[in-house]
Amino acid sequence: MNLDFLIKYKMFYISGVQNTLLLAIFAVFFGVILGVMLALMKLSKKVVLRGIATAYIEFLRGTPVIVQIYIIYYGLPNLIPLDLPDMVWGVVALSLNSGAYVAEIIRAGIQAVDKGQMEAARSIGMPHNMGMRYIVIPQAFKNILPALGNEFIVVVKESAIVSVVGITELMYRADTIRGITYKAFAPLMVAAVIYFIITFTLSRLLGIVERRMSASD
Amino acid sequence: MIKTINLHKHFGDLHVLKGINTHIKKGEVVVVIGPSGSGKSTFLRCLNLLEQPTDGEIIFEGVSITDPKNDVNLQRQKMGMVFQGFNLFPMMNVTANVTLGPIKVKKASKNEAEALAQKLLERVGLPDKAEAYPKQLSGGQKQRVAIARALAMEPDVMLFDEPTSALDPEMVGEVLDVMKDLAAKGMTMVIVSHEMGFAKEVADRILFMDDGIIEEEGTPQEIFDNPKSPRTKDFLGKVLY
Repeated sequence: MNLDFLIKYKMFYISGVQNTLLLAIFAVFFGVILGVMLALMKLSKKVVLRGIATAYIEFLRGTPVIVQIYIIYYGLPNLIPLDLPDMVWGVVALSLNSGAYVAEIIRAGIQAVDKGQMEAARSIGMPHNMGMRYIVIPQAFKNILPALGNEFIVVVKESAIVSVVGITELMYRADTIRGITYKAFAPLMVAAVIYFIITFTLSRLLGIVERRMSASD
Repeated sequence: MIKTINLHKHFGDLHVLKGINTHIKKGEVVVVIGPSGSGKSTFLRCLNLLEQPTDGEIIFEGVSITDPKNDVNLQRQKMGMVFQGFNLFPMMNVTANVTLGPIKVKKASKNEAEALAQKLLERVGLPDKAEAYPKQLSGGQKQRVAIARALAMEPDVMLFDEPTSALDPEMVGEVLDVMKDLAAKGMTMVIVSHEMGFAKEVADRILFMDDGIIEEEGTPQEIFDNPKSPRTKDFLGKVLY
């Protein structure tokens, strides 16, 4: 495999990785915020809130992410005339999508905490919110950490799909090099290896956090 | 201290409590017995509204706690509860379990709460377990920590929901001893239990529940030695041998 193109086009990869990381970090951040809100809505006693959250989650999980990205990137500016950088639209699309998955992970984690824990918290006079905050959520968080970490890794990988609307992340850059050099295999392999380094590092870091969190087990 | 007036509870189509009227007086130790499914645990859980009664009223220290405008969190601070499954907080050590309520709910200082916790752990015979995590304790020790956790809120009444049913037989005694000690010190207690010997010894009053009602009530002598209702006789005939 001839890697000469790397020297010539290394800036493509560097800026591509930067954008991929930015996309992933912001998408995970907003995705978790959205996911927590949706999970709490879905566990709420109010039928309307529960309905909205359920409909949102079902719709986002039941439609292809590429359709969602097209709707956000090409469709949404028709409705709201906002002139925002492409990267922002990428973050919006990825977080709206990830939020639905994160919501289900968090909801399952909260429901998996033994009901007796909340009852014990209520029995010492804690209001529901306080019981959630000090007793249920810390236990739920520990339970869902592996699934949540997995979702972070999925977001890193799925961020490649926003290249289809011309957002200049790693996949887009690799494809550009393919177009310039008429060589496909090596430039794409390099991109794949970079993605793998990112996700592998991430899964190792999450492993360390998990081990720390299980200290009280 | 606690008065229930015509208390009803439905779970869907299931009518679990069918009008419970009783009055638990200050300092009284009331033991609720009866067959499984008779509604005794539901009755106990209604007293601090862990179950919301479908109908009827509960008056605690002069306040109607079933009133929708009432903030039950205030009364729950005065009603300690001990569960069959302990329900200790697994991610916290024993001291943190006991001090959580005083610190977060009563806004006590950490030092104050920890001093109280140490005193209570001595009282339940576990002064050396302050730093242990729940998973390092035996069932009997867990339940004694749970009692200390409830006592840390300095309640006026303690509710026990089958506190020894999940324990290995050799650990039942240590928990009952702590409860006897509490009773002797004048704590008002409502206990759902299958421990008939214990009931006989410490109860001021026995409630025999069957099919959602209080079938018979009286002193341990009245209930155990001279039961009037055929249902009571039948039940006691099966559990006392």
